[in-house]
Amino acid sequence: MNFSVLTSQFWSLAFQGLALGLIYSLVSLGYTMVYGVLRLINFANSEVFMVGTFSVLYLQVYILRIPIGDPALHGIKLIAYLALSLIGSMIVCALLAIVVELVAYRRLRARGANRLASLISAIGVSIALLEGFSMITGARGKIAPRLLDKWSFGEVAGANFRIDQVMAIVMPIIIFFLLDQFVTKSRLGKSIRAVSMSEENSKLMGIDINRVITLTFCIGGLTTGAAAFLYTTVYENTVFNVGFNMGIAAFTAAVLGGIGNLRGAFYGGLALGMLEQFASAVLGSQWKSITVFVVLVVILLVKPNGLFGEAVQQTRT
Amino acid sequence: MRMSTLKNFNLRDFGAGIWAQWNRGTRTIFVLVLLSLVALLPFAAGWGPTSFLNTPITSFQNVLVYPVGMFVLMALGLNIVVGKSGLLDLGYVAFFAIGAYSQGVLSTFYGWNTWEVLPVGIGCAMLSGVLLGLPALRLRGDYLAIITLGFGEIVRIVALNLNVTGGPSGIAGIPNPPGFFGLKFDIMNPQNFFWVVLALILLTIWMVRRFTVRRPGRAWEAIRQDEDVAALMGVNTLVYKLWSFVIGAAVGGAAGVIFASKVMVISPDMFKFDVSILILACVVFGGIGNIWGVALGASILAYLPERIRFLADSRQLVFGLVLVLMMNLRPDGLLPRKKREKITEKGAK
Repeated sequence: MNFSVLTSQFWSLAFQGLALGLIYSLVSLGYTMVYGVLRLINFANSEVFMVGTFSVLYLQVYILRIPIGDPALHGIKLIAYLALSLIGSMIVCALLAIVVELVAYRRLRARGANRLASLISAIGVSIALLEGFSMITGARGKIAPRLLDKWSFGEVAGANFRIDQVMAIVMPIIIFFLLDQFVTKSRLGKSIRAVSMSEENSKLMGIDINRVITLTFCIGGLTTGAAAFLYTTVYENTVFNVGFNMGIAAFTAAVLGGIGNLRGAFYGGLALGMLEQFASAVLGSQWKSITVFVVLVVILLVKPNGLFGEAVQQTRT
Repeated sequence: MRMSTLKNFNLRDFGAGIWAQWNRGTRTIFVLVLLSLVALLPFAAGWGPTSFLNTPITSFQNVLVYPVGMFVLMALGLNIVVGKSGLLDLGYVAFFAIGAYSQGVLSTFYGWNTWEVLPVGIGCAMLSGVLLGLPALRLRGDYLAIITLGFGEIVRIVALNLNVTGGPSGIAGIPNPPGFFGLKFDIMNPQNFFWVVLALILLTIWMVRRFTVRRPGRAWEAIRQDEDVAALMGVNTLVYKLWSFVIGAAVGGAAGVIFASKVMVISPDMFKFDVSILILACVVFGGIGNIWGVALGASILAYLPERIRFLADSRQLVFGLVLVLMMNLRPDGLLPRKKREKITEKGAK
């Protein structure tokens, strides 16, 4: 127990928690969007994230030809390369998410199968991707090149505003704003919401369910890809099982905020990131995940549908 | 025409039909023959016609105990929770770990033997089931899933960080169980462990079958189909959900105790989230809710990765693809549960 860090490093921890939490909330969109429409835990999303981190790394090393250990880039070239990595990762993840839906879910859904069957099929895809990448990339993980020189904007109240962390905070906020606008204002966004309210009625209203579901997976993939880019830029390494902890954290964040709810995912991720940072500072990092789960249990007991969730009447296995 | 009959063909109903036609004598003979065949399994690898079953690297008799026997036992335990009462439990490995660590701690620190630890380990697992279940079972569906997942991780992390559990290196030097009836339990005689596990499996099957036809079984079935209606009809849903959870935990605990005394060394990374997932996969793959399906599914999923070890690194990849393929071909599992139950399940959906 080390409570003194709460006063001495409060702002620094809060800032780091914010950056981490917003990456979580981007990944948790991959769970929460799919859950909203299909009422399924999209177990393969953690592997979509993993593939995203590797796509950033391979894009930078093999296509943009930036050797590891090179000095960081500057100016237009830096911005262009960062943008390319981001877009590349988002496209790869979105395509992969769509493929996952086709392989693991579509046929089962057409047959009206048990929800658990889809869960196991998604887990199968997840195992295959995980093991496939461990064979390709090796078990030891890879170091990503450093594009971005990690200079600091300066120190405020003990918190060091590093450029990459500022980026990890600003970018998710922009993405969430755009997504929120898309889902509430656009026609396609409205059809997503309609399907998540009632699949049967949406069908009757002439909505192409399969298209909406593909779109949902695509959006989840896009945000997960953005998260993968941010993760690789901030931590500069990745390994084939990087998705596991990220997936559990993101799923927890989605549940914390109220699964199926877009804003819930945002605040859930934030809360989780902060909680992890403070818990590991006060109790030691080994008790981090226990604190998170205990808090989750307590919150779910008080609010059984998460912080922002609406009543989920028909959820059962 | 032929396609449609094939599609509607349900192996479980087919088997049940034959079973119903037999008289008591035929049934007894069939069960005895089947049992003795299963009991003779440890010698299958050494006998010509069945030697294709033999596994490379790990010896076949050891594979039969862990993973095959253990997975069948645990899958049957998890089936009570997931299959009978419809609660999604993603942290079943926690009970396995609690059983294994009870054996580890009690035998190395206090010198208890396995048969003395067994009831205590089961008790510990049941107690933890109550402690987890009381808050968690008030939640539904996927919220329950994440809480149980968290519990599984918590148990592993606690084991990783406590001194009494040996931290990351775990507990070594756990003694083998003392023998009885001239059966010796040591590294040279894995078949004896197999028979003990087989006995536990039979006990579990018997227990589940008894429960299914009595009040708890009917209550679980009602809860699985519609919890609100069940509560309305006067079923005390929390109590019966807790019971199914605790009985499932007891089976997991028993498996853990035997596992620890078989492998003699346990460490936290044997009890990762993957194990929970794998056991859940066994249940769904075999045919959720049907004990014979679950037992078959668990045997296949536990045995397959050992048999295809010649594929070396890609065996897990193949395993994942098999899982996807099988679920797409048979979404209800290899041996689905009774048609009657399936129809109502679709109706409830």
